[in-house]
Amino acid sequence: MGATPFTLGQNQARHTHVADGTAVGFFTDPTVCIGCKACEVACKEWNQVPEDGFTWTGHSYDNSRSLGASTWRHVKFLEMNRRLGPQIAGPMSGGAGAQNPFGWLFLSDVCKHCEHAGCLEACPTGAIFRTEIDSVYVQDDVCNGCGYCVVGCPFGVIDRRPAQFEGGGGAFKCTFCYDRQIDGLTPACAKACPTESIQFGPLDELRARAEQRVADLQARGFSEARVYDPTDTSVGGIHAFFLLLGPPEELGLPPRPDVPTIHLRGAWLSVAFTSAAALVGACLAFALL
Amino acid sequence: MSLSVQPAIPRAREARLDALREEAKRTGTVAERGIAIDGAPTPREPAVGYYGLPMVKPPVWTWQIGLYFFAGGAAGMSSVLALAGLLTGQPISFVTTALTVSTAGAIVSPMLLIADLGRPRRFLHMLRVFKWRSPMSVGAWTLVAFSTCAALALIVAAGASGLGAIGLPERPLHMALFVLVPAAALSGVVLATYTGVLLGATAIPAWSAHHRLLPVHFGIVGLGSAAAIMELLGYRLAPLNAIGLAAAAVETGIGAFIELGRKGPTARALREGRPGLLLRVSGVLTGPLSFLLRLAALIPFAAASFAIGAVISRYGWIWAGRASALDPGETIASQR
Repeated sequence: MGATPFTLGQNQARHTHVADGTAVGFFTDPTVCIGCKACEVACKEWNQVPEDGFTWTGHSYDNSRSLGASTWRHVKFLEMNRRLGPQIAGPMSGGAGAQNPFGWLFLSDVCKHCEHAGCLEACPTGAIFRTEIDSVYVQDDVCNGCGYCVVGCPFGVIDRRPAQFEGGGGAFKCTFCYDRQIDGLTPACAKACPTESIQFGPLDELRARAEQRVADLQARGFSEARVYDPTDTSVGGIHAFFLLLGPPEELGLPPRPDVPTIHLRGAWLSVAFTSAAALVGACLAFALL
Repeated sequence: MSLSVQPAIPRAREARLDALREEAKRTGTVAERGIAIDGAPTPREPAVGYYGLPMVKPPVWTWQIGLYFFAGGAAGMSSVLALAGLLTGQPISFVTTALTVSTAGAIVSPMLLIADLGRPRRFLHMLRVFKWRSPMSVGAWTLVAFSTCAALALIVAAGASGLGAIGLPERPLHMALFVLVPAAALSGVVLATYTGVLLGATAIPAWSAHHRLLPVHFGIVGLGSAAAIMELLGYRLAPLNAIGLAAAAVETGIGAFIELGRKGPTARALREGRPGLLLRVSGVLTGPLSFLLRLAALIPFAAASFAIGAVISRYGWIWAGRASALDPGETIASQR
């Protein structure tokens, strides 16, 4: 098993990526996630994100439902009617387990920091910008809460915080711990992750590591292992990518996300056509009748 | 953020409890779940996506936006009527009335938009930058341009008739009108149609699937509404009636296209539930009903039918977008 090129402790090391202008990312690997939610807690505590309601969802151990204005890391708990590769699923996997296969998978979801970010394109105030480490950042002191980024995100990440919570009215999402990164620290979630299911580092290095991990898992019989990184769609790739053991839909990830700006051309052509028709039509109606 | 409501479960009778105990003793398990807990351990019937939760966020816009879509559309297209009237020698009172409708809409629209903002005091941040790739930014600037032109044109038009009334030369003001009214009309058509781009260029399946149709629909509804408002204000002109007929005809076509065109899960939100009902009702009001009322020469009723349908249709589209976003099946289907 020496093939796994883990450099344990990289999440704890200091770095100079902001000063160097290096594109960085997250590689989140659910196969080593233990569902402890340390990332959720670390994110909330470091970024001082307010509570957004305490509810029992009935969705396994997931009670935060989805990413949103006040949930920037979200651990998904997927219960499946199938085994994952050659996994040993406890005492039930022998006799009864053969008829009643069971798989449990945890995935810590986060803002994808898209190559072509729908929220950034949509923002009319310039509150959302791309940083020198190629992450997508919302300036809270600029955002006026128009809500257009909310429908611009193909992953359903960013949301407007309801007025009753602290900082309410503005749009919020993962900051990639830009403040920590400026000081050479890793993002809070990666720092807190006990199994390095969340890996932080330079994008190129992480992509290579993810491919290696996929090859490693496939060699061990996890034939469905693959990287979720839609580089072949108009999103153009994501800077927080994931390892998957099944279809992306089952973890709530869109199968082929598109950045909404691809519709601009067709829609504006339609505007030009309609505008011309309205102007000419109205003038003709008044001239001829 | 409401939890899905579970259907009420009939209270177990004593016999049922006995049967459960017997079954558990005999087989070591209970075959029936009895209670369908949303996402209970190992869901037997897998939900679409991740526990059936939405993959994209629904719009957070409040009730003001539907009304703004109507007001902005009617105001923008009213200035087109003002331009057509000005160029074809309609009395100045017609031009002034059309510009008054435009200006009224130009005053109401920003108020509605500011009220919808999460942080209304920062409304001026809309004008920090201009981003042509953000329909929201283009729209904000278009509204500023339109409001300025329409209000100035109205002042000049009113001034021109005032000068004429007291026998002073009105020619310089008339010249200015021929600059301001075309500018108002040009920004007005964009104001009435960009809202289609605003909805079309999003991740909401029901909207983005119709990104080419929406500007046409919003534009034609705006034009029809502008004509209807002029008619309701007492102008009975053949050109207005012709515009009303054309708008109703196009609306009938669009309604038929939505009804018959796209099948399958991507169009579910446009046909089913409350949004489907709103879109059908508004489609009938702006389409066949107002067309037939015009043929029967019942102009005020046709105009009222169209204007009411125009308001309803905007809410229909917004609610359809919300329903479509909340349905992960639509997101998946739109990407296959």
